[in-house]
Amino acid sequence: MRLSFTIALRFLKSGKGQTLLIILGISVGVAVQLFIGSLIQGLQASLIDTTIGSSSHITIVPANGKTSIKDWERAKYEVGISDSNIINISAAAEGSATIDYDNDTAPVLIRGFIVEDADKIYNFRDGLYEGRLPIKKDEAIIGRDLALKTGTKVNDEITLILPSGNVTRLEITGFFDLEVSSLNESWVVTTIETAQDMLSLDSSVTKIEMQVKEVFAADKTANDLAYNLSVNNVEVENWKDQNQSLLSGLNGQSVSSYMIQVFVLVAVLLGIFSVLAISVVQRSRQIGILKAMGIKDRDASLIFVFQGFMLGVVGALFGIILGFVLLWFFTNFAVNPDGTPIVPIYINIGFIALSGMFAVSSAVAASLIPARLSSRLNPIEVIKNG
Amino acid sequence: MADIIELKNINKIYGDKIKTQVLFDINLSFAEHSFNSIIGESGSGKSTMLNIIGTLDKPTSGEVYIDGFRTDTLDKDSLARLRNETMGFIFQFHYLLPEFTAKENVLMPYKIKNFNVPKEVDLWADELLDLVGLTKVKNNLATDMSGGQQQRTAIARALINKPKIILADEPTGNLDSETTETVYSILRSINQKYKTTFVIITHDQRIAEKTDRIVEVKDGRINLDLRK
Repeated sequence: MRLSFTIALRFLKSGKGQTLLIILGISVGVAVQLFIGSLIQGLQASLIDTTIGSSSHITIVPANGKTSIKDWERAKYEVGISDSNIINISAAAEGSATIDYDNDTAPVLIRGFIVEDADKIYNFRDGLYEGRLPIKKDEAIIGRDLALKTGTKVNDEITLILPSGNVTRLEITGFFDLEVSSLNESWVVTTIETAQDMLSLDSSVTKIEMQVKEVFAADKTANDLAYNLSVNNVEVENWKDQNQSLLSGLNGQSVSSYMIQVFVLVAVLLGIFSVLAISVVQRSRQIGILKAMGIKDRDASLIFVFQGFMLGVVGALFGIILGFVLLWFFTNFAVNPDGTPIVPIYINIGFIALSGMFAVSSAVAASLIPARLSSRLNPIEVIKNG
Repeated sequence: MADIIELKNINKIYGDKIKTQVLFDINLSFAEHSFNSIIGESGSGKSTMLNIIGTLDKPTSGEVYIDGFRTDTLDKDSLARLRNETMGFIFQFHYLLPEFTAKENVLMPYKIKNFNVPKEVDLWADELLDLVGLTKVKNNLATDMSGGQQQRTAIARALINKPKIILADEPTGNLDSETTETVYSILRSINQKYKTTFVIITHDQRIAEKTDRIVEVKDGRINLDLRK
């Protein structure tokens, strides 16, 4: 076995051009696979983050004809102890209203939060570009678009007309920009007490929102939660049910990315296979003479398996390095005007290790047929033919 | 003296559809320590006979005994070991491994048996290289040596495992007459020094005449068996 390894190494060293070519082939394959994989994963992670990063992943809403959740504090407590995947739990009192400004009106959505809790989901603090968060009753913040449309300044009061006909005035303490124009245009974010009072909810809320660490497990977490909650007349929704088209888009993207990766690997596999097969023919003299000298068929075939293995390992290592170089160029040269990469790259060590190991095992697999040819080679053929 | 090689009723037929018989009922044996030659025209079947003795080829019918073991019924791995330990081959085309140096080539049959080369075997390899006059070029790659040097390397290689038998197929076939003489005298001295049995195929009348026994093969049959 060690002799097979030694011979394999010597064969590879003596055919330097061929060895380098095949290593280059494997490296390019691994690099492309790594690059595409990281790109697609980065793209998806960034898409997911943009789409649902600052929104509720799982939402408990009233059901069975109810319009509010009375027992929300218990529900919130139960959610908190139910599943370690769940983070950032926030209750919301929500209702629609109309803002009255300069002889004009516009529909708005009143969102009453415990601001500290909601900030963990919506990042109001980061999005606040002027003023401060609402603290006291009858204070509120509004989005950039709504502020511009209504000409509101910090410390101004806005007038809201509720569906009940009641009119409320809220003091604006700041403006936020959540980078989603529909939110910037319609949300009036206030304290939970203010919203409960305005919408006549007493001490009820209309939603309990939360995020999960594993976003793709949100449906399972939601199901478990629905099963475990002791609070009646509620329903548990999750983002996956509400974003089917996004999910199928992501799925399609993943599948096409896998397809590309598989075909790249197949091409690499065929390359290794053909070069090794040629190498068996080229070395048939040597194999024949080794057999005449008494090398066993198994050891003769191991020579080619070792060649495949060594080519795979070196090719994979170079491929990973080359892949990182490609990614580095991509993140440094394909950038937005502000210098951030167009697609943030997602470096997944597990994926890279897997891709490397896959290349090695493909190389070994590709060497099996040449190894078999070598094992079958009859020394007499070589000796007869001179 | 006991026979180390024995062929009994050997027939060899090539081909499935069109059958060509190259050996007909060969009965032949060679004594231990003897120095023999096989002569015959090309196509007479002499190489086939040597390959059957060397277990590289199998007879269509008949029995082959090497060093007391019947070989025509052995499995491939046992044959490989038998070849490795009992026999040394010298071919017309030296068949060195071009990726390895002269000394590495000489050590190769030993490494097939046992990867770790002990000191005494290493010294033995040097001694053999010295015997064939290659001490100076022992670290050259096989491709960086002349034809005669390569052939002498192949002789040293055939001896590394101290085999009981050396089978040579036209060992001097593509060498000039002076080198031929050198190679022959090396083979002869090995035969005398190590009591190795030699079976040499040659078309060179002068070489054949210097051996102890000349077997002539003609049309797949033994035509002449001349002992001195």
